[in-house]
Amino acid sequence: MANPTAKTRIDAAAPVNMMAVLAPAVGWLIPGAGHMIQKRWIRGVLLLISIATLFVLGLMMQGRIYKANGGDILDILGFIGDMGAGGLYIVTLAQDWGQGAIAFATADYGTKFMIVAGLLNFIAVADAYHIAIGKKQ
Amino acid sequence: MTLHLGHFSAAVIFALFTSVVFGITHRENTRAMVRYGLYCFAVFLGGTILAGWAMWVLRR
Repeated sequence: MANPTAKTRIDAAAPVNMMAVLAPAVGWLIPGAGHMIQKRWIRGVLLLISIATLFVLGLMMQGRIYKANGGDILDILGFIGDMGAGGLYIVTLAQDWGQGAIAFATADYGTKFMIVAGLLNFIAVADAYHIAIGKKQ
Repeated sequence: MTLHLGHFSAAVIFALFTSVVFGITHRENTRAMVRYGLYCFAVFLGGTILAGWAMWVLRR
């Protein structure tokens, strides 16, 4: 005999729809795009401008980009942060940018700018997911 | 192209963009987003200035 309580529990779980998968994925690859494909245009554009500008300024300040095989635990954490920037991180790696310049004191700020841009994009991705499942307007 | 920002300018730029993202992602409606974004910006900048003065006091 079917258990009606179990069915209700399944229904109450997070609904899986196409947008709940697509929005976070696109939002990770292009910051703000997760909001834009859900027609939150202004939020999406503001997120794109904020995250991309922070990342690009970090690069222009001669910040260092972390790679996957850092070895050191802090390098791994830096890599996780950088990876959050999605497409920006991929392009930076592909172009071999972000080698870092020890000569400038502000280069360390650049490194932090890029890590924070990635972490902010993780938050934006979570927000896009919440919109997709109807938890947020 | 290399950009050389001062400590304070870097802190202002960081505070500005981070506050925009925090405002959008942490609140439900537009008005609350703007208010929270401004609040975060003020806290970031206020914290920076306070920390600067604290370091000045410690250094003396």
